[in-house]
Amino acid sequence: MNAQSTTTDRSIYFIEAMREGLRGMLTEDENVVVIGEDVGRSVIGATRGLVEDFGPMRVRNTPISEATFVGMCVGAAAVGLRPVVDLMVGSFFYVAMDQLADQAAKLRYMSGGQVSLPIVYFTASGPSGSAAAQHSENPHPMLMNVAGLKIVMPSTPYDAKGLMVSAVRDNNPVVYFQDFVLGGTRGVVPEELYSIPLGVGDIKRHGTDVTVVAIGAAVPKALRVAEVMEKDGVSVEVVDPRTLVPMDYDLILESVTRTGRLVVVDNARLTCSAASEIVATVTERGFDLLKSAPQRVAWADVPVPFSPPLEERVVISDSDIVSAIRAVLA
Amino acid sequence: MATQKDLDHITKDDALDMLRRMIRIRRFEEKLSVLFKRGKLPGFVHLYTGEEAIAVGACSALRDDDRITSTHRGHGHLIAKGALVNRMMAELFGRVDGYCRGKGGSMHIVSFELGIIGTNGIVGGGIPIGTGSAWADSHLGRDNVTIVFFGDGASNQGVFFESMNIASVWKLPVIFVCENNGYTEWTPTAELTAGNIVDRSAPMGIPGEAVDGNDVVAMRLAVERAVSRARAGDGPTLIEARSYRWNGHNEGEEAFAGAYRPDAEQAEWRERDPIVAFGERLVSAGWMTRDEWDAVDAEELSSVDAAVEFAEQSPFPDADEALLHLFADDSEGVR
Ligand SMILES: Cc1ncc(C[n+]2csc(CCOP(=O)(O)OP(=O)(O)O)c2C)c(N)n1
Ligand SMILES: [Mg+2]
Repeated sequence: MNAQSTTTDRSIYFIEAMREGLRGMLTEDENVVVIGEDVGRSVIGATRGLVEDFGPMRVRNTPISEATFVGMCVGAAAVGLRPVVDLMVGSFFYVAMDQLADQAAKLRYMSGGQVSLPIVYFTASGPSGSAAAQHSENPHPMLMNVAGLKIVMPSTPYDAKGLMVSAVRDNNPVVYFQDFVLGGTRGVVPEELYSIPLGVGDIKRHGTDVTVVAIGAAVPKALRVAEVMEKDGVSVEVVDPRTLVPMDYDLILESVTRTGRLVVVDNARLTCSAASEIVATVTERGFDLLKSAPQRVAWADVPVPFSPPLEERVVISDSDIVSAIRAVLA
Repeated sequence: MATQKDLDHITKDDALDMLRRMIRIRRFEEKLSVLFKRGKLPGFVHLYTGEEAIAVGACSALRDDDRITSTHRGHGHLIAKGALVNRMMAELFGRVDGYCRGKGGSMHIVSFELGIIGTNGIVGGGIPIGTGSAWADSHLGRDNVTIVFFGDGASNQGVFFESMNIASVWKLPVIFVCENNGYTEWTPTAELTAGNIVDRSAPMGIPGEAVDGNDVVAMRLAVERAVSRARAGDGPTLIEARSYRWNGHNEGEEAFAGAYRPDAEQAEWRERDPIVAFGERLVSAGWMTRDEWDAVDAEELSSVDAAVEFAEQSPFPDADEALLHLFADDSEGVR
């Protein structure tokens, strides 16, 4: 971190860090526009207050037409805008899948590289406590499979701001996931603008016995578990990829080289999760580094249910992470 | 049919160029039909024969820096917007000199230089994209317009209604041109589509106009009216152009489609050949002789033959190009 001493101890909310990144980009480049449903008021908060400073044409409310405004960004980016879309909730990507996966992700490739499409689609996503099945999805694994979308999923306010800046500056479609429950977490964030390169992970805690790769809201859980297990004499390293496409496999493999053990915690359904992909890749590329079979921690393969005890049964818990760590150490 | 006075509104040079482009589309498509039967084309193609007046009339009302989005049946739109037949043919052959270096094929030809934001393999897929380019142009204070071409089948996609709605409330310089050729694949449009498509503009508060899609002059004039509204900041227009495709939904359909169109219906529409109708008007206006017409046809036919030769001589791209062009800038390649 290269923060100036005057600002190093300033602590703000994750959602404010996203907003600072957006504000910085709206200021830096007048071709940046933010659109979405009620972005003027902003339910989740990332765009709140921006319309007062940048006006209703640059922070523009859309009708509830996800497929269309996700697709409009493709045409708009192709001819010179840098649209940023607040999709509000992760599930809403499903409404716009053609325009996201067939159009935004493919136009550059299909055209033989004739065009670049600087677009950011950001959304809150993941379980947030009885939001039920249609407001708790984390569709990042599905989108990792699309090819042509970069995918960002920060875990701290500091990363949230720096990755927002990089996402908007990037000349490709970038999907930015804000795990719902992280929005209200606080952390130290410099006031000035800075960027974190896409595709560079971060070791959030150093350790020697086991590598725990954790994504988004799984990072604070993994850190909490690591602290508890430290008391039992287990030294846990927590690696946060921060970007899922491109994925920093070098960092993950480097960590596994030192620990020889791998657990991947993903705040998503197990089948074809990011955890599955990471475990498969490490196993292929680093089989000899592994002292035991890697473990995945992810949701049961069902939708996220409403009733609190049901939801708790499905999503990842600290004790799931503890069990997985114990399993790879056994 | 548009009157002699309407024709006079178009310059002679313009009119001759429009006829030439219609002929170019016809000869290009006929060649593809032959090439397909001989197994010379990878993939499959949807041909535009019979509908030439729509694309040519519409695009003749545009400036070079205006934009279009197109469909799976897009070759006509591309030629009308200025695409070269040799580079199109090379793309259809999967060769490196194609507009997309062989990555796109028939349903994904793109040329940003020509304002062609792309044909599209997804029915209705181009509608939001063209609405978006119109949004960017108006936001950035430019006076370009975008034509969104789509079929009667696509008029039943949600994005069509959504795009008309947002284009209306944002007053976007977009012209929705619906090509109603009477069929959605192998099913008559009337079985699938409620009411008149053109009337779908009314509840959105945007002007709608039904046009004879076989009359290139009528098409041109309708789109000119829409373009001037769009450039003036008065928002979108819906145009429904009624026409008929002469060929099958896709080449090779006879293998499975059966006789789904009455012979008499097909013969009737062939009688109303938009190229013959326009050529005869130009002859009777004294703007062209029959010999000159024949000469244009011969030139276009030989340019299509030359395009096939060009395509056959163009190399295939290096196989590793399959891994390029995913991301811009720093991260060329798959990972
Ligand atoms: C989303 C989607 N659904 C279905 C198809 C298969 N399909 C290709 S063309 C077509 C019919 C389109 O009809 P219309 O819009 O009238 O265009 P036309 O072929 O008549 O020019 C269909 C259903 C597709 N390509 N995309
Ligand atoms: Mg049709």
